[in-house]
Amino acid sequence: MDSKRIVFIFLIISLLFVIVIMIGKSQVDPIVIFVSMFATTLSVATPLTLGALCGIYCERSGVVNIGIEGMMLSSAFFGWLASVMANTIFGLEVIPSLLTGVLVAVLVGGLLGVFHAVLCVSFKIDQIIAGTVINILAIGVTGFLNRQLFFEKGGMFGGQFPHSPGVLPRLNIPGLTTIPIFGKIFEQQPIAISAIILVFISHFILNYTRWGLRTRSVGENPLAADTVGINVTKMRYWNVIIGGCIAGLAGAYFTIESVPSFEPLLTNGRGFISLAAMIFGNWSPFGAWAATLVFGAAQAMQINLQFFRELIPPQLAILQISYVVGLIPYILTMLILTGIIGKSRPPAAVGKPYEK
Amino acid sequence: MEKDGPKRNFQIPEFLKEFLVPILAVFTAIIVGGIVILIVGGDPIAAYRGLFEGSFGSIRALSETTVWATPYIFAGLAVALAFNGGLFNIGAEGQLAFGAVAASWAGYALPALLGTSIPKIIHLPLSIIAGVLAGFIWGGIPGWLKAKFGGNEVINTIMMNYVALNLTSFLLNGPMKDPSPTNVIARTPEAAESAQLIPIFQGYRFHWGFILAVIIVFITYWILYKTTFGFEIRTVGTNPNAGRYAGINSSKITFLTLAISGALAGLAGAIEVTALNFRHELGFSVGYGFDAIAIALLGRNNPIGVFIAAILFGAMKNGATRMQFLTQIPVDIISIIQALILLFVAADAIVRFIYRIHKKEEKASVS
Repeated sequence: MDSKRIVFIFLIISLLFVIVIMIGKSQVDPIVIFVSMFATTLSVATPLTLGALCGIYCERSGVVNIGIEGMMLSSAFFGWLASVMANTIFGLEVIPSLLTGVLVAVLVGGLLGVFHAVLCVSFKIDQIIAGTVINILAIGVTGFLNRQLFFEKGGMFGGQFPHSPGVLPRLNIPGLTTIPIFGKIFEQQPIAISAIILVFISHFILNYTRWGLRTRSVGENPLAADTVGINVTKMRYWNVIIGGCIAGLAGAYFTIESVPSFEPLLTNGRGFISLAAMIFGNWSPFGAWAATLVFGAAQAMQINLQFFRELIPPQLAILQISYVVGLIPYILTMLILTGIIGKSRPPAAVGKPYEK
Repeated sequence: MEKDGPKRNFQIPEFLKEFLVPILAVFTAIIVGGIVILIVGGDPIAAYRGLFEGSFGSIRALSETTVWATPYIFAGLAVALAFNGGLFNIGAEGQLAFGAVAASWAGYALPALLGTSIPKIIHLPLSIIAGVLAGFIWGGIPGWLKAKFGGNEVINTIMMNYVALNLTSFLLNGPMKDPSPTNVIARTPEAAESAQLIPIFQGYRFHWGFILAVIIVFITYWILYKTTFGFEIRTVGTNPNAGRYAGINSSKITFLTLAISGALAGLAGAIEVTALNFRHELGFSVGYGFDAIAIALLGRNNPIGVFIAAILFGAMKNGATRMQFLTQIPVDIISIIQALILLFVAADAIVRFIYRIHKKEEKASVS
């Protein structure tokens, strides 16, 4: 991650913030708008950040994963199902059922990671195909079970839509959330907080540990890694499984942290945006995080502008159309990526199965 | 390797072997899918009978299968062509949507714009060309960014998908919304009669678009394997450096590959508008990009293979409704079976292992 990217991304996020603050400042205190924008940005970027981290672990070890979307969708469904079952059938309290849901989501993500690794590393099938298989399978399995369990008369919940235990509560972190005014930024739900922590941990693991060095070496030059005694198969397996677990956590965000319900296809392409963020950030955790924050900021802008619709000055009337505001992050990404920053460089051995 | 050869007790002709593994893969997927149906308490035989009846069981079913398959053929070809050039086009959905928007705009707005009705022989091709052109541009932008700046086409086609999504939402809810008083949904007005393809047989939805699709399959095949341009696409796809040494302008080829890929997806949208719906409706294009990738991969990026895969996917989509009606098994089971088919076709190692088919010995003897 070069400093040029950081500076540009910082400028763009600031620009989006400034636009909203300028529009809303006559009605709401600028600091309050800033804090609200910041908090929303962090929150909505969560699944993208986690998805991008999943991609980073997989690809830095040399395995392409376009199945992030399917991993997220499956774990969103099974995590939610587990939390509902724990709450209504096994009679657990709200918080333990929600945590069960998160755990199951992570496990399902990890299992799909195993599946992906078996296909790509052991059977050496085309990694794009393996990812596509996961994506289609996820749509089928979640759609099928969703209908079968909840809407069929003989289904598990007797044709009635089950009562969900709700969403994870916001955390109070002493020393952070107690800061006057700005403390609100850190009043996040647990998965959002863990996503941020995971960015730092992943950066550390990939760059400063033996594990990270080995991961990168099997992703760049598996033959050389093998020659010095690194087990390529094992490293790839574990990294894809870790990636799967992280994608599972992203899935839990949708149904256990954001809204307490599941609907078919609810991930809505965010796995692919994570993929884009990963490439944008040049396969580094901080870079990818910065990229997801651009998406987060744009979405926060879209949400906040809804409140200030009446205040938008006529020369900016185009911002009243939320679809136009919705275009911003995608066009920005294309512009930044090609015009200013140039090429991203993938790990050298990514996508290639290792033949001994 | 060579030792394993004589163990086989019967010989299969070489040309059949090419097809044997994919056929066995589909067969295995159907068996595994049947087991899944059995586990959830359904009757697999009845389900598959319903699926078959609904897709091939009658003239009407056959006609509907071609209707479903037509956009799949175009979109699958789009992704396959890009793959041949070493490019991953995830943006077929956006290209298709924009092609449909452009074709329906040409269909309803052109006569009003010119203040006169346009003869069908001009208006209809114009409408289709508008869709193709929109797709060409939508695929061409990521292609240009890749050729000129090295911008990653995976990111840019995904981004163009969302740009298309937001833009069509805006257009179909605003300037292009069907103004008729009964309309409450986001859709364009109906295209003028002169921009509508007439049905081939009265009472059936089977349309010329399918025949065009078949022609385009052969043209794409011909271009890819019989022309210099196709050779250049495939060379750049397998090894851009070798292409450069051979004097191929790889930037130009990259741009053209993605742009034509987009044009094919745009054609899918244009045909849906001119031959079937006569207008574009929001949400219509959802899922085509996904399916197109699967179809291209299933067809091994070969136009003929894509055609067969598209028919298979179209048939399953079409037959699924009848299956659900007859057996109450949710249509979503189709996606599971499709994923299994793709898995087994791709992982021919698994299929070969199950059926004890050995790989051709050529490879072993060469080394």
